[in-house]
Formats: sequence, C-alpha cells, structure tokens
Amino acid sequence: MKIVVLMKQVVNKDAVLRIKADCSWIEESDVALQTSESDGYALEEALRLREAKGQGEVVVCSVGTHAAKSVIKDALARGANRGIHIINNEPHKLSPYQTAKMIAEVIKGENPDLIFTGLQSDDLGYGQTGVILAELLGIPHATIVIEIDRSSLSDTLRVKRELESGWYQWFNYRLPALFTIQSGISQIRYASLKGIMEAKKKEIKEIVMDAPAFSSAQKIQKVYLPVKTKQTQILGNGDAKRGAVELVEKLKNEARVI
Amino acid sequence: MILVFIEHKDGVLNKTSLEAITAAQAIAKDINDRVSAVIPCDDDKGLAQEIANYDLEKVIVATNPKLNVYTPDGYADAWAEIIKREKPQYVVMSHTYQVRDFAPKVAARFDREVLADVIRYRKEEGKFVFTRRIFLGKLDADVVLQGEAPYFVTFQSGAFRPDKAEKGSAKIEKVEVNVSEIRMSPEEPFQETKSEVDLTKSEIIVAVGRGIKSQENIALAQQLADVLGGDLAASRPICDAEWLPIDRQIGSSGQTVAPKLYIALGISGAIQHVVGMKNSQVIVAINKDPEAPIFDIADYGIVGDLFDAVPVMIEEIKKLKG
Repeated sequence: MKIVVLMKQVVNKDAVLRIKADCSWIEESDVALQTSESDGYALEEALRLREAKGQGEVVVCSVGTHAAKSVIKDALARGANRGIHIINNEPHKLSPYQTAKMIAEVIKGENPDLIFTGLQSDDLGYGQTGVILAELLGIPHATIVIEIDRSSLSDTLRVKRELESGWYQWFNYRLPALFTIQSGISQIRYASLKGIMEAKKKEIKEIVMDAPAFSSAQKIQKVYLPVKTKQTQILGNGDAKRGAVELVEKLKNEARVI
Repeated sequence: MILVFIEHKDGVLNKTSLEAITAAQAIAKDINDRVSAVIPCDDDKGLAQEIANYDLEKVIVATNPKLNVYTPDGYADAWAEIIKREKPQYVVMSHTYQVRDFAPKVAARFDREVLADVIRYRKEEGKFVFTRRIFLGKLDADVVLQGEAPYFVTFQSGAFRPDKAEKGSAKIEKVEVNVSEIRMSPEEPFQETKSEVDLTKSEIIVAVGRGIKSQENIALAQQLADVLGGDLAASRPICDAEWLPIDRQIGSSGQTVAPKLYIALGISGAIQHVVGMKNSQVIVAINKDPEAPIFDIADYGIVGDLFDAVPVMIEEIKKLKG
C-alpha cells in the first residue's frame, strides 16, 4: 500500500504577523514556521495505517519554498519513507487549483493507493486543494475525516466523516481515494532520536516548478487587520489582577449580566 | 442567472441556505440579474414549495434516485448538469461541511475553483471585492475573481441574515438529471453520544482554550463557572485532548451558543470557535496575546495571564454574592 501525504508549511500559530508595506502579504523573512496542524494528523493517520497493514510506503509531498524542506524532514523523522519537495518561491500566490495541478502532475506517476492531507491549511485556509486534486486525478474523495477503520480490507477503506452539530457518518471507498483529515483524529507521535538519524538517509526528491497558467485563479489584492465590529474595553492596562477587579465591577454595573 | 444551493436532509431545510439566498439576492441586485434555487434530491418532500415562497426566478428540483442520500459524486454530477443547462454567472452556497465536500469538485469540473468562506463583499469600480479571513482569523484578505463565469462563491455562516431573504413567488421546475457511478457508499448518519449538558440553554458560559495549559488547571475555570452559576465549555483542542468531553465543545464542529455572558479563557478565537459563540450578548476575553482575534469580538478584554485574573475574579464575585 502506497500512501501519499500532502503537507504544508505555514507560519507558527502564535507568531505575531507583520503586514508588508504594500499590504500584499505578510513579512515572511523572520517569522517562525511550522507544519499546518491538520496535515500533521494526516501523516499520523498514514503511519498508523501502514503499521496496521504491516507493509507499505508513506511518501510525503510538500509544495513550498526551500524552507519547507524542514516539514518533509520532520515527517521522515516520524517515520515517512521518502519525500517529494515541489519547490516554489511564492507559494502564497498559488490558488488552490494551481497547487492541485502541480501536485497532480508530480504524483500521477506514483500511482498511490491513498492520498491523505489536512482538511485546510492554517494560513490561507482554502480547504479545497485536496478535493480538486482528487477530481484532477479522477479518484473519489471524502473531506473532514475523523476516523479510519484500519481493519478495512486491502482494496477498500471505511472512513468516518464529521458532519455538523455532532453528527457523523461512515462511508466505504474502493481505492484509490483521497481523504482530508480533521485535527484531533489521533495522538501525534514525536520523532525518536533513531527516527531523526534514519531520516538523514532517506530520499527527498526536489522538483522546481513555477505556478501553472490558470486564468480563473482568485487573487489576493491586499491583507489587513480585521475591521473590529465591536468596541472592546481593555481592562487593567496590562495588570491582569487589576483588570479582573474592574471586569467584575463592569459585568455587575455596566453590562448587568451577573 | 445566479444559482443558489438549497441544502437539506431528507427534505428538511438547512437554515443556512436562507443566508445563501440573501447573499445571492444581494449579488443579483448588484449585477441586475435573477436568482434560481437548486435542490438536488430524489424526492424534495415539499421543500421546493417552501423555497418557492422566496423572490426567485425558479426553483430547480434536480432529481435522480441516486440523490436520495448525499454523496460528493452524486451531487457533483447533478450540479454539473444544471450548470451546463443554466449557464450561471455565479453559483452561491453557504460554507457548510457538505458544501466544503462537494463544491470544489464541481468547480474543478469547469476548470474553476471556489472563492470560499467569504465574510462580506463590496462593489468597487464595477468589480466585486470579496473578503476572507486568513491565518485562523488573524487577518482579512480582499480577494478578486479572475477569468470567465461561472464563479463559485461560498459565504461563511452569519455573513448574511436568513430573515433578510426576500419573499416572492417562484415557479418550480423539475429536472431529471443524470448521475453516473457513485464511488462511495454511505452508511446511516448518527450522533456519537447523547449530550449530558445542553449548553444552548446556558445563560453564562466559561470557556477554556489552549491557554489553560493543562487538564489540572480546568478546575480553576470550573470554580469560576460555579461562582457565576454558569457552565463550563471549551474550544476544540481541549476536547481533542480529552480534557473535557466533546459535548462541551463550542464551534463549527460542536455547539452553537448565545448566552448572556461568555467568558473566553485562553481562547485565541479561530473562526471555527467564533462561529459558535459570536452571538453571545456579552463576550469577555482573557488572553496573553494582544493580537488574539478573540479581542475583535469581545466587549471586555484583559490582556494578561488568566492564572492571575481568574482567582481575583472568583474572589470579587464571591464578595458580590456575599
């Protein structure tokens, strides 16, 4: 069984974002980076499925700058078998269709049984690269998968989708298929020291690729801090204890909710 | 023509589709066009009649026995046929879990993608500029569409009001659509566990996020909830870590609440959480990060350590209640 896992490098969740002077994007030069959260779960699910089957290969694929190599190396240290790095210097300019097209071209020849990816990235959050890729490859898909039945027979897979308001639904798929994985599906493993050492010997194929022409791409004109819809009273002026005293007073006498 | 998707389960309307109708009607006014609704189904069970009471050109009931339950393959085939027939300028949908599952697939069939999860739009020099939230709610992005119609746009829940959908009288048109092979077989939908608490009925909610740091610290939030006579809730990461059961989860994958008072402790305010609580009457946010998006929707905020603030709050409230 061959599983391709698509992983994206994004800015760190807690990073303070600075907007470029021309408002075209954020300053990326000195910002901390990490793997998009749900992509980490997609990898974990692939590794667990390979282990349950007792055989197979997990191939990590990432589209990104040279820095994105760290996402692949980290995945290899956790147990992925090899990596494919599609190098593009301005990945934030890629629309989801363009990204899907680039990945489709590269992994067509891999003929994977399964493709896993996170349900949406923590930066642009398009949430559709996986679905478009499935359509381009002509394979079925499911999004927002929250559980995988690892006892499924070899050419089928039973997956649980999360619906809204606490509802769920199992679907049965014949492989090949693509699934987008929800965060929290399982506990993510840490890379062991042995894993980190072994990762150094694992193959990472590099492919430099420009954005494919696509006339219907959505285009970001500018980015900015959200316009506040509410007047927020910040209390305590940095002193949380004083803020707490003021807050209780306001909730009692101004908002009158306690 | 503008097409709007009517989502339903066995003919029972998903109310967010009314928001989509409002959005589609607004776009139609701006480009001087008309809206038609599309209901993919086997049997609409009277839903078409309900939707025909809105100001629409027509309600298209796209039927096929294979559309008796939702599958992405079935819905993609139905939509592809209707779009080829109607040649719409825009296809408008609410950004629900179901739409996220099939809309990009439909768009890809037309060599398009979806402009997804839009929170508002405006017209600027004759062109639409759409706004999306990015970086988990930290920033907004103005986005424009390029290329030729059809354009696929989905709106975030709450972007338009369901009660603003204009009433009227539309004709109903039944279209038998072709659906080819369905490559996935769905089982019956189910609810995981019966909820122990009904947070939708709570008047005061104290919710914890990643900032609570450990399971032991949840006791502190529980104390605050107790002195307020409120209920404890959480953002997704807390329930994922099983520090609190899933029935305490607020947000798109959990409960949607609107209490009198919502106190968010160590919650950054990712969109997925915010959609579940933004209609609360009074929102309090306590967070170390002054840039946390939760402050954008808060009435009162404390920038600082919740472990400093909460014990003081508990004492002050105890004094009040004496």
